[in-house]
Amino acid sequence: MKKLDLLITGAGGQGIILASDIIGETAMAAGYDVKKTDTIGMAQRGGSVLSNVRIARQVWSPLIKRGEADLLLALEKLEAARWASYLRPGGIAIVNNQALPPLSVSLGNARYPNDEEIIGILKQRTDRYYIIEGTQRVRELGNIRTLNMFMLGCASLFLPFKVQAWKDSISQRLPASLRQINLIAFNQGRKEVKSVCV
Amino acid sequence: MIRLFVNASSCFPDSKLWYNVAKMLKLLSGNEALALGAYHAGVKVATAYPGTPSTEILETIARFDDVYAEWSTNEKVAMEVAMGAAYAGVRAMVSMKHVGLNVASDPFIAASTTGIKGGLVVISADDPGAHSSQGEQDNRHYVKLAKVPMLEPSDSQEAYDFMAHAFDLSEQFDTPVLMRTTTRISHSKSVVEVDRSREVPTKQPAFQHEAAKYVMLPVHARLRHPLMEERLVKLAAYAETSPLNRVIRGERQLGVVTSGIAYQYAREVLPRASFLKLGMTYPLPQNLIRHFASQVDRLVVIEELDPFLQEDIQAMGIKVTGKEFIPRLGELNPDIIEEAGRQAGLLTGVSPRQVETAPELPRRPPLLCPGCPHTGIFFVLSTIGQRARLAKAKEKTPKEAKLIITGDIGCYTLGAYPPLLALDTCACMGASIGQALGMEKAGVSDKVVAVIGDSTFLHAGITGLVDGVYNKSQITIIILDNGTTAMTGHQEHPGTGISAQGKETRKVVLEQLVRGIGVKDVKVVDAFNMKGLRENVRTSLDNPELSVIIVRGACSVRIPKRGEPRAIDIERCNLCGVCLMLGCSAIQREDEQIYIDPMLCVGEACTICQQLCPRQAVAPQSKIAHKVTK
Repeated sequence: MKKLDLLITGAGGQGIILASDIIGETAMAAGYDVKKTDTIGMAQRGGSVLSNVRIARQVWSPLIKRGEADLLLALEKLEAARWASYLRPGGIAIVNNQALPPLSVSLGNARYPNDEEIIGILKQRTDRYYIIEGTQRVRELGNIRTLNMFMLGCASLFLPFKVQAWKDSISQRLPASLRQINLIAFNQGRKEVKSVCV
Repeated sequence: MIRLFVNASSCFPDSKLWYNVAKMLKLLSGNEALALGAYHAGVKVATAYPGTPSTEILETIARFDDVYAEWSTNEKVAMEVAMGAAYAGVRAMVSMKHVGLNVASDPFIAASTTGIKGGLVVISADDPGAHSSQGEQDNRHYVKLAKVPMLEPSDSQEAYDFMAHAFDLSEQFDTPVLMRTTTRISHSKSVVEVDRSREVPTKQPAFQHEAAKYVMLPVHARLRHPLMEERLVKLAAYAETSPLNRVIRGERQLGVVTSGIAYQYAREVLPRASFLKLGMTYPLPQNLIRHFASQVDRLVVIEELDPFLQEDIQAMGIKVTGKEFIPRLGELNPDIIEEAGRQAGLLTGVSPRQVETAPELPRRPPLLCPGCPHTGIFFVLSTIGQRARLAKAKEKTPKEAKLIITGDIGCYTLGAYPPLLALDTCACMGASIGQALGMEKAGVSDKVVAVIGDSTFLHAGITGLVDGVYNKSQITIIILDNGTTAMTGHQEHPGTGISAQGKETRKVVLEQLVRGIGVKDVKVVDAFNMKGLRENVRTSLDNPELSVIIVRGACSVRIPKRGEPRAIDIERCNLCGVCLMLGCSAIQREDEQIYIDPMLCVGEACTICQQLCPRQAVAPQSKIAHKVTK
């Protein structure tokens, strides 16, 4: 592997930062240089969140150049569309099929793009996009807060680290009481993406 | 640099054992690395006032039991406490955001004038791009005013390593040292080789009585000035051979002088250039720069914000460019450097990037949270002040707003956004009160209300209130007391009764403080009682004397009291949109129906929308038969 540039995005409160921390720590454990940076603006819930994770033998800038991300993991659809232009041509986009309309949409001052428009934006960059029913699946699993680990499970299938390494990093970052449910969500995410890809 | 066989335990696990284990790799943020570097360098006293992006420095160091760490009332006090500790011979640090140094500039320059005894490191975390600040001032300029040395780390490894250098420099040259970081350094994580353990301070703290050094009577101050000038000359000589400044030999055609995060972007974009990478950016190593300039065909400076390095190098008579093509506005990134480099001819054979036109997408700005104790009072001010208008009423000509509402720094600044539109000003910490006084004294005909948070009031609002009492003001001051410093991530403050290190302590009671200053009309109102808020605001506005309303309600993020979520009865709802005027993100409209997201609604702890709904369409979820389910 020469380099891996990953973007993780969603709305504040979805657990983006924890997911990107775990990617970074897993990559470091595998012997790579890692830089990660989060763009969160004012750190309030509900705002746009974007995490850049860069993995290589040596990383300089923590920010990824536009059009060079290898993988975009989006926990919300509008955010997937917003950052799609950062994906390299042919890169992978994994998108949770959930819409969280911003306030401007609820107030009637803006319009949330429909699915065709979002897919159209993704298609300008790549044909390798996967729409995942993440929110639905974790609701079935019984804890909607595990969405980030479920989606991380989906992304992990495209990343060159061992399953055990992922599980070690997840276990280290989560308190004992939440470990099991999150590991289950991670596993389910891996299974889900296998079924979508094939 | 590929690293094998490493232990990738998480950055700050519950166990405290790891931090004294020699040679470990850690994925640390710049702020965590600064704190750990200071800890290992033997810091004894650490002070701060929270401010993004600096906050995590003190939060990290406060976890170590053998350091005294405090949230100070404001940055000026933080600087003075650290200065006192350094006078007493121990190593001390003080951290703040860039505008915090404005508040602390008086003691900062005083500490430079007197010098110190134990090492004193001042960390200024600047915010290019103003990600969460009222401006993007370049604090590098402060070092010329204060005549102190400055270090600028460019990643977490350097943040960790430079702290030890900073304390050594401080003691060796009898000066405070400014450690300047930026948001992108403070908040990025990168791999740190932690190769030291704590140097345990052994010296007994003691103050040596030395009036000529510590008592800045004019006669003493005049004698300190030549010492400060001499110190800068010695520091410049040190900078010539300091390991903090490095030359990276590349091709001769292009030489880049750079520092901080700009160094990382420049290395990424210009992999073949030669670099003079400055870790110590004041005073500058003139001979080193001259020599480097003579070794390359073209010399450029790549730096964020102002041409700080460039102007000094130009003043040395060296031909150099930089700000002619590198923007001085906003945060840099590799795309900007690449584009600038292409236009300036630094990059050849790189064509402009094909970027499709970005589609118009709705923005997702930060919002007051569901259950926020600020929402109710802002709604009241907005409606009394005739600002709030229903979405349907768009076409009507808006009435002139009736109240002037001066605002301050905190989460509640978000009340300025639609739909609440409840703030007219936001300048700097504490300014709401002084500005309101000024408007009143200028003779405006509208009532003036100042809105300020509890932590901000304690930081810089008290003196404004004293001014109002003394000068017989008639304004109304609303203190939003959510019992925490919420915007920066819920830090304790003097009004919470808990110390930075999590211990119980004495609590400053706001209503006692306000009454003690001499305010007669002081009311304490529940933040979630809409009727109470409206009545109290009206009576205070009618009172021709200075009045203070303390609106009290816990931050919904910090104390997640929940109850049964509310829902909307679609049989009763006529889509009037009053609930949407709260700007609560739990209340959403889709397909001509309004519904409450049960995942976001805090339920019983809030119920503001339930109190407002003119058709009683909002009720606990289980009591409603006809609700929209998502």
